[in-house]
Amino acid sequence: MAAIVSVETLGKTYDSGFEALKGVSLAIEEGEILALLGPNGAGKTTLISTICGITRPTSGRITVGGHDVISDYRASRMLIGLVPQEITLEPFAKVLATVRFTRGLFGRPPDEAYLERLLRQLSLWDKRDAATRELSGGMKRRVLIAKALSHQPRVLFLDEPTAGVDVDLRKSMWQIVEELRADGVTIILTTHYIEEAEAIADRVAVINDGRILLVEDKARLMHQMGRKELTVELQAPIERVPEALGRYHLALGEDGRSLTYGYDRAAERTGIVSLLKDLSAAGLVIRDLQTRQSSLEDIFVGLVREEA
Amino acid sequence: MNWRAILTIYRAEMARAFRTILQSLIAPIISTSLYFVVFGTAIGSRIQEVEGVAYGAFIVPGLIMLTVLMQSISNASFGIYFPKFIGTIYEVLSAPVSFLEVVTGYVGAAASKSLLIGLVIYLTANVFVDLPVQHPLAALGFLILTCVSFSLFGFIIGIWAKNFEQLQLVPLLVVNPLVFLGGAFYSITMLPPVWQRITLFNPVVYLISGFRWAFFGTADVGVGWSLAAIGAFTGACLAVIWLIFRTGWRIRT
Repeated sequence: MAAIVSVETLGKTYDSGFEALKGVSLAIEEGEILALLGPNGAGKTTLISTICGITRPTSGRITVGGHDVISDYRASRMLIGLVPQEITLEPFAKVLATVRFTRGLFGRPPDEAYLERLLRQLSLWDKRDAATRELSGGMKRRVLIAKALSHQPRVLFLDEPTAGVDVDLRKSMWQIVEELRADGVTIILTTHYIEEAEAIADRVAVINDGRILLVEDKARLMHQMGRKELTVELQAPIERVPEALGRYHLALGEDGRSLTYGYDRAAERTGIVSLLKDLSAAGLVIRDLQTRQSSLEDIFVGLVREEA
Repeated sequence: MNWRAILTIYRAEMARAFRTILQSLIAPIISTSLYFVVFGTAIGSRIQEVEGVAYGAFIVPGLIMLTVLMQSISNASFGIYFPKFIGTIYEVLSAPVSFLEVVTGYVGAAASKSLLIGLVIYLTANVFVDLPVQHPLAALGFLILTCVSFSLFGFIIGIWAKNFEQLQLVPLLVVNPLVFLGGAFYSITMLPPVWQRITLFNPVVYLISGFRWAFFGTADVGVGWSLAAIGAFTGACLAVIWLIFRTGWRIRT
């Protein structure tokens, strides 16, 4: 698949001297959902703002749909919809009017049928004549999404769409993202909620301190780095791991009552069956078994720590 | 050119004005009427005539200019400052619009509003005094030029201002005194000679004088000077806006 957004060695140093981006390169494929994961201040918003034209790059080059965001900004911005992190709406403007405004700003001819479909999809149609200040926080965020989609962009940036949003709304936001993907919209979402990336992204990019640490298919990432652990609880404590079990590299718990075995879930043979056989051959009685899979969060924390 | 975007900004700004019609249209009319009562009636009963024009009529061009000037600045500065303040400016910055289109939309709307106010004041004045206009086209031209140039100036203030205090600062501390000392209520020939000289450094004098000439055919300074002054001011504003556009000053980080 061709990259719809291509970022090449992008650098951004603010007037204050703060270097927010240090040579970021990233290719976003058409139709995918990419989660841009990173702690606060990592450069997520700066990266998005630069692609969208709000922030000027210091160095590097960005194209959207093959159009340079500086020299061919009209063509590139036509393709982009942006949902900002902060809820910023003109308080007195009516919902439908403010969505129409955005569409007009992007130079698109009026299309009331499309806007009606959009507002219905976002459950905003009943509120179309309400002033935005009368809406709840979740509704306001939907209005921002409606504005971002009003000109039918092919790439949608969601900057922390679920920050400070309750669980129900977060789930419905994920639902909306899923529907948009079905419509063929490429979605880039920044978040510092790992679970969000885990739930909806196709690929994950981890950014920290202005650098991209990793870009990887989510499933493969969890597959590759997601080790599983099997913990065996013993009936009676032991002093040390019997020599016969040496090849399993077991870790003995502090109280001598548990043995932990790390394995690769994807491997042809996990070694679990033979381990259990050998345990009983060694005369150890098993009381309980637990398995645990490392989450994106573990991977993420590990990466960021490594970096530091 | 993204004409649709210009029209969209223009319409949204005009809609905002009509949403607050009391503040934007009725208030200037009331304050102008008060000027008529205070200056026209109270002082006019003592002054009678200035340069062959009844005092009540004499102050009309100055009054219109005064209001149009202040309204242009406040409309345009608020129009661009408000989205900056609440954060909705992100939308304009990420849309496929050039700075020229943004300026045209915002300044066009601000200028239209103050032009409308100017015309309404003119009509209101007709209720109070007999008001012939000798050069109607010139009067309209002066009025439109003033609306546009001071809306440009207001736009610059709106971009420059970092808070509401700064937004009010220039209109209150600079423009207000210049306007009141610009000969709105008197002819500068009524001043002592020294002050006549000093007053010539006030750009507003040229505006009001030119506008008054369009009404009555008499002026404090030559009409050519008036045109040159307003032309220079418009040019200066355009140059500053071009610089802002080039550097993204206080808009793009």
